[in-house]
Amino acid sequence: MKLLVTFSRKEGRKPIIAQVVRDTGVLVNVERALIDSSEGEALIDIPDESCRIVKDRLTDLGASVRILEEEIVLDETECVDCGACISICPQEVFSFDSGFRLRMDAKKCVLCGRCIEICPHRALSRKGPA
Amino acid sequence: MRKTIQEINERIKEGNARVVTAEEMPQIVAELGEEGALAEVDVVTTGTFGAMCSSGCFFNFGHADPPIRMEKVWLNDVEAYAGIAAVDAYLGATEKSTTREENYGGAHVLEDLAAGRSVELRAISRGTDCYPRRTITTEILLENCNQAIMVNPRNGYQRYNAAGNSGDRVLHTYMGMLLPSLGNITYSGAGVLNPLANDPNLRVIGQGVPCFLGGAEGMVVGEGTQASPATGFGTLMVTGDLKRMKTEYLRAATMAGYGVTLYVGLGIPIPVLDIGIVRNTAVRDEDIWVDVIDYSVPSRSRPSLGRVSYAMLRSGRVEIGGEEIRTSSLSSFRRARMVAAELKAWVESGRMTLALPTRPLDPDRKAEPMKETVQGPRVLQIMERRVATIGEDELIRDAAAKLLKGETNHLPVVNGNGVLVGIVTTYDISKAVVNPGKGNFVRDIMKRKVITTSPEESVDIAIRKLEKYNISALPVVDREMHVIGILTAMDLGKLFGGRWLK
Repeated sequence: MKLLVTFSRKEGRKPIIAQVVRDTGVLVNVERALIDSSEGEALIDIPDESCRIVKDRLTDLGASVRILEEEIVLDETECVDCGACISICPQEVFSFDSGFRLRMDAKKCVLCGRCIEICPHRALSRKGPA
Repeated sequence: MRKTIQEINERIKEGNARVVTAEEMPQIVAELGEEGALAEVDVVTTGTFGAMCSSGCFFNFGHADPPIRMEKVWLNDVEAYAGIAAVDAYLGATEKSTTREENYGGAHVLEDLAAGRSVELRAISRGTDCYPRRTITTEILLENCNQAIMVNPRNGYQRYNAAGNSGDRVLHTYMGMLLPSLGNITYSGAGVLNPLANDPNLRVIGQGVPCFLGGAEGMVVGEGTQASPATGFGTLMVTGDLKRMKTEYLRAATMAGYGVTLYVGLGIPIPVLDIGIVRNTAVRDEDIWVDVIDYSVPSRSRPSLGRVSYAMLRSGRVEIGGEEIRTSSLSSFRRARMVAAELKAWVESGRMTLALPTRPLDPDRKAEPMKETVQGPRVLQIMERRVATIGEDELIRDAAAKLLKGETNHLPVVNGNGVLVGIVTTYDISKAVVNPGKGNFVRDIMKRKVITTSPEESVDIAIRKLEKYNISALPVVDREMHVIGILTAMDLGKLFGGRWLK
């Protein structure tokens, strides 16, 4: 399961993810992180059964947490099944079925945004708040 | 055995013609043999659906009252060429909107019109006795135009080379996003279903032959621009009535960082007249090979990274130099199949009969590069030859002194053999002063990755490097990496007022 964690760094450089790993014992996989002097955003992957405990601990430490599910939306009226997105996706979210129709496994997505940028037909977008 | 076009058309009219798609044909030939397939199959339909930049449409808008001779025309802020006649204009698919840039262009106007949406027509004129009006702004619908005749100068490439990028940064090209270090390969084309791949010698595809264009019945005008069938890269000029086209087969697109293009569905029915045509239409993806061109080389003759077949490309992964690389198609094979299937239904139902070319296309034609009479500026002509360098083992202090003396901000670093090994800038030295501790020598603080240029390189390419890497100087090196000059943003000033602007 993937969680999008955002936290403020104004009160200091607390090692929030390391703290959560130590406190919960859950091994966290950081898929993507963007951290600057004032705030941070990390996309982490954890086992489904540990979701609650990790989420609660992160919240206690002052982070806001959003569970990510099917974050990428494919507009089938715009998509022409070209496949431009297939090879540029680092997570192999996209593939063709046997009839060369584009298929998407949005659960694998880590929100890098590359496919949204390059889709020639602007058929891909991100669901929910940016 | 041979068949005539008349016999085939008779069978189409009677509803007895055997029509198959070019994807079905190889199997039929494998099962029945060439003679058997010739007896069995009358027509093979082809289809492709992909980005065809060289597309556009002639319009006649009808006369306004009072009338205007439109000298400049915009459709939804996309300029159309109006240097033809009073209310005629040609809108090119890749023309960008003056207000929305690459998010909207000629292709989008064509799609909007085909979808039945209204489009703003704006035109200006200086006014004449016969055409007094000077401006007009009005909404138009496709149904209210007298004509909207699509004429695409270069469609239906016989095959198109695949694209890769061996460089170290992402490229945005008309072949889509190319990841560095050959991170992916992109290709475009319908392979087995491609019209010209099924008639490579141009025996039955030529001037006046009916086709499927954007969902409407169209016609092959003749040879496409840049056609090079002698080298396996034939193209076609095609025409059709935009008013009868469907957005299913006509889609505007934007290649990020490149621009606007139009996805066009094109299909041509091929009459199976003799064994030669059976053999050609038996072509499979496995038989169609293309080079993977390295787009990281910014010149006309880009090197090939390897050769691959359409079957390999379509499998999703190809192997080059022992590495497995993922592929992306830019054209839609699913829609290419839809084109071939719809065209098959047209012929089966008698809606479309076939014709032979009124004039054949020249299969020996070869596209040649431009013969330039004036060569653009080369780095050699504007570079600064007096360039100070410093040895990697010298003191940072001495580098600072050299920078001051030379009144420059960049100091290429060389090793004992005079070979370029790094670069230091005034910024690097300032940093070393503020944060000492990295060491006292130039090699301790120099940047080892140096972007360079060569004396023969075009200034345009050197400028692109400065922009891309956000730097202000390029050491000029010879083949042995000896520093023979430096090109800075200042040197670019020499281009102005010089002979290059004539």
